[in-house]
Amino acid sequence: MTEKSLDITYLSRLAALRFDADETIRAQADIARIIDMIEAMQAVKTEGVEPLAHPHEAVQRLRGDQVTEDPDPGALQTGAPAAQDGFYLVPRFVE
Amino acid sequence: MPDPYLDIRELRTLLDGGQCSASELVEAHFARIEHINPRLGCYLRLHEQAARDAAADADARIAQGERSPLLGIPIAHKDIFCTKGELTTCGSKILEHWRAPYDATIVERLAQAGVVVLGKSNMDEFAMGSSNENSAYGPVANPWDESRVPGGSSGGSAAAVAAGLAAAATATDTGGSIRQPASLCGVTGIRPTYGRVSRFGMIAFASSLDQAGVIARSAYDVALMLRAMAGFDTRDSTSNERGVEDLDDLIANDGALSSANLRIGLPREYMDALKSAGYAATLDAARCELESLGMRFEDVSLPSTFAAIPAYYVLACSEASSNLSRFDGVRYGHRGEDAESLEEVYRSSRSEGFGAEVKRRILTGTYCLSYGYYDAYYKKAMRVRRVIRDEFARAFESVDVLLTPSTPGIAFKRGELAGDHIAMYQQDCFTTPAALAGQPCLSMPCGFDGGLPLGAQLIGPHFSDARLLGVAHAFQQATDHHRQRPAL
Amino acid sequence: MKTHWETVIGLEVHVQLNTASKLFSGAATEFGASPNRQACGIDLGLPGVLPVLNADALKKALRFGIAIDAEIPEYSTFDRKNYLYPDLPKGYQTSQFEHPVVGTGRIVVETEEGTSLPVRITRAHLEEDAGKSIHDAYPGLTALDFNRSGMPLLEIVTEPDMRSPAQAAACFRHIHRLVTHLRICDGNLSQGSMRCDANISLRPAGQDTLGERAELKNINSFRFLEQALEYEVGRQRRLLESGETVKRETRQFDHVSGTTKAMRGKELSDDYRYFPCPDLLPVHVDAHLLAEVRRDMPELPDAKAERLMREHEVSADDAARLTSDPDMVDWLDAALQAMSDDAPDGLGQALSKLLLGQVRASLNRTQIDMASCPVTPTQGAMLALRNLDGTLSSAGLRDLFRVIWDAGDASLNVDALIEEQGLAQVRDTSALAELVQSVIDANPKQVEQYRQGQTRLLGFFVGQVMRASKGSADPKQVSEMLREVLGE
Repeated sequence: MTEKSLDITYLSRLAALRFDADETIRAQADIARIIDMIEAMQAVKTEGVEPLAHPHEAVQRLRGDQVTEDPDPGALQTGAPAAQDGFYLVPRFVE
Repeated sequence: MPDPYLDIRELRTLLDGGQCSASELVEAHFARIEHINPRLGCYLRLHEQAARDAAADADARIAQGERSPLLGIPIAHKDIFCTKGELTTCGSKILEHWRAPYDATIVERLAQAGVVVLGKSNMDEFAMGSSNENSAYGPVANPWDESRVPGGSSGGSAAAVAAGLAAAATATDTGGSIRQPASLCGVTGIRPTYGRVSRFGMIAFASSLDQAGVIARSAYDVALMLRAMAGFDTRDSTSNERGVEDLDDLIANDGALSSANLRIGLPREYMDALKSAGYAATLDAARCELESLGMRFEDVSLPSTFAAIPAYYVLACSEASSNLSRFDGVRYGHRGEDAESLEEVYRSSRSEGFGAEVKRRILTGTYCLSYGYYDAYYKKAMRVRRVIRDEFARAFESVDVLLTPSTPGIAFKRGELAGDHIAMYQQDCFTTPAALAGQPCLSMPCGFDGGLPLGAQLIGPHFSDARLLGVAHAFQQATDHHRQRPAL
Repeated sequence: MKTHWETVIGLEVHVQLNTASKLFSGAATEFGASPNRQACGIDLGLPGVLPVLNADALKKALRFGIAIDAEIPEYSTFDRKNYLYPDLPKGYQTSQFEHPVVGTGRIVVETEEGTSLPVRITRAHLEEDAGKSIHDAYPGLTALDFNRSGMPLLEIVTEPDMRSPAQAAACFRHIHRLVTHLRICDGNLSQGSMRCDANISLRPAGQDTLGERAELKNINSFRFLEQALEYEVGRQRRLLESGETVKRETRQFDHVSGTTKAMRGKELSDDYRYFPCPDLLPVHVDAHLLAEVRRDMPELPDAKAERLMREHEVSADDAARLTSDPDMVDWLDAALQAMSDDAPDGLGQALSKLLLGQVRASLNRTQIDMASCPVTPTQGAMLALRNLDGTLSSAGLRDLFRVIWDAGDASLNVDALIEEQGLAQVRDTSALAELVQSVIDANPKQVEQYRQGQTRLLGFFVGQVMRASKGSADPKQVSEMLREVLGE
């Protein structure tokens, strides 16, 4: 595993996770070992093999265009971290 | 108190014959749980009032002459299944206080079948783990040896059934989370064909691999439970439209297979990888038993088995990294303390809310999907997945069922693998291939090694769930491994 | 030597499909609901929920594909576009990346200069919309409303085939007209039913390769699109001519200042980690489904315009103006249909004048859409018919139209109203002659002046007679009679 290509800081930002310096070092070692383990699959010959996304060859079923839900924001927001007047609230951000 | 190890059929006789009421059964279970659960940690929560109400309702229905296989049967739900109005934590701190506004489809269907839900069972956080040591709410102990793990991620469900704390328990299997704990706890558990049981209301780990199933004391009990859970669900696009007639037939036949002359394959690669001589001997004994029942054995080869764990971890972690993005502290779940900016809401909620293993897998999945790596990892793993599935399909041209070990060995000590996650991942070496291919598979008790249970895995072609249960039932009619009880 | 710069523009048009429920959930899509009233568990990304594809959204996407004669692949798939944003509940947007539902196609845009500009369509794909962030409602907080979350969008991507802001605006207009005629979008720009992103770059004339581009985001008006692009052309030219380079970035148009400015850079936003959505299976568009969509295909706007010109002698300009609103053409068709048996020549033309005149003026005055026009096609047809056959003067038509519009009563009968309000033109010469005579008798002074050569007093007499007839006389007839009598 090429450790230099494994940028924990970048990945943790993509994944919105926070690691302190020690945790970053540990995560770097942990993930590197996992990637090493994963490399073993490269030995399988897959030339010309179509990627398989689902175990079965089924196709998507369609739903009729009917309104079946009648959401109750009050009930859904019970236990929400911050909600008011039907809105969910977060610290203000700039778009 | 009735014997806590009676199976569902035996309980049915007592309930329908009036020797015991569902209410008495619930009280007896709660009493036993109160006594034993503190040591084992199987249950995260009990639904005491709801269980008592359901039992009273079942008693009334039984008194009115209603006869139904699961009416009044006490079970546990893995805490990955949404239960309306009740806490559903998925073993994670991030959902510590979350109450689902809906029931999972299987919770709904089992309720319709009349089961009594005692409570929610412990699990590895977001079903990521093979020892149940990754639960945010404490580990589960193996009822056979409390210093050992019960397996995972459905450790609470397997241990509860093994300890006589529930007649059956729902469970989920992404890479082995039903079969491995069933094996280590000496109980029977099935991972049905992918798509057979709805995933609606089951908190996702890796959607293309996650499959709901059940753990119980016998293959027949498993069949009864699965019959109530399985079948098409309009709310799950990946659920299969196939009916459940095969399970109906099996149950109507009292568990008996229509044909005893099955061909059973022994995959060479699995047997070669099995390092435990004791385990090999136990499996061989199981083979002899099945042969004496009229089944014929032959060797088969599944050459890409070695690549199953790598491919599995790529796919499962990648899907998980996306599935777990919704836990952001915005609409529900834990929000980080004193988060003053949006960035902090995200990062502190997730960093405080997720445990170490979950973070490891999110990072691994993020890496595999990130710019420049997708083809080498995700796409490659999808190709390997097809190769593995095709190898199974080829094997099933010549045999009806495969027999393999369920795990590398007996239950390991708590903490033994905690520092070595790669070794922990290797626990899944015999269970991930069938998961990748979507095959139905089950683990049934087949013997003991040093007083600890061992399981045999049966793998079948897609939608041969009833056949696997029939083979396991035939085996259990001829043996009593599944009747053994831990000393508690 | 001064470089001549060529402008190159491509568009991405987001069309909100007018389904009753969302793309993947059964929540309603109506505009203007109170906050989160239309955000169900699926739209909020609650744990355990799963998406199921809306058939109507798929069919509407296919309708567009057929209309632009696009390649329609037999299979399309959904992918996840992963990025964290507060209004994106799941942490990913379900979209179509690798295999869109509509492949390459082509439209022909009529430009302002009256030329036909072919524009290639790269693709069109289905995706879900995100929620909305409201930044000014609570101090220090951003409020999130997920009603828009999960709304079905068709993203139409063009090749960079436009060479001026005016062409780009014409293309946006063309797509607007097309999707509203196809009845797949309500076309309401102010409610965000269509939004447009534009990629714009400059290159020295004659150069083949494209210059570095800027992306203008989220423009919801034809005029703003043109203004924003005009500004960009100037900005980029100034940069290039002063030897600087254009930065590849996302810019936002501020319609107050008429300028564009760079949006806050989302440094991570390019690494979307697309992968196939494991919760959704490949969408199969078979011959049966395609036939169904073709069968339900509405008439395309160009065909409509041609038909109006051919069958009803509507001028090319009027046909173009009528087809800018599909509801107008539908109303016209319904009106003609209502009169099918006794439609006189010129009724189509008369109706198109009525639509482009009074109807349009009244729509503007009352700020309502043609779809809710209070005058029914039958009433409109009768008004036009009575005007054509001379029963109703133009003034009478105007007044009666207003009466019916204001009443908004579909049961009002035009002939009955004419009768009731005495609006029928007085064509009886003897009755009219009496009125003329009485006016002449009552105004001897003016008669004298007229006869002495002040013939402009004719208007005065006509007005008096019209007043006496309560407007029911035909002014032309009146003036003829007056001239005759006064000329004696």
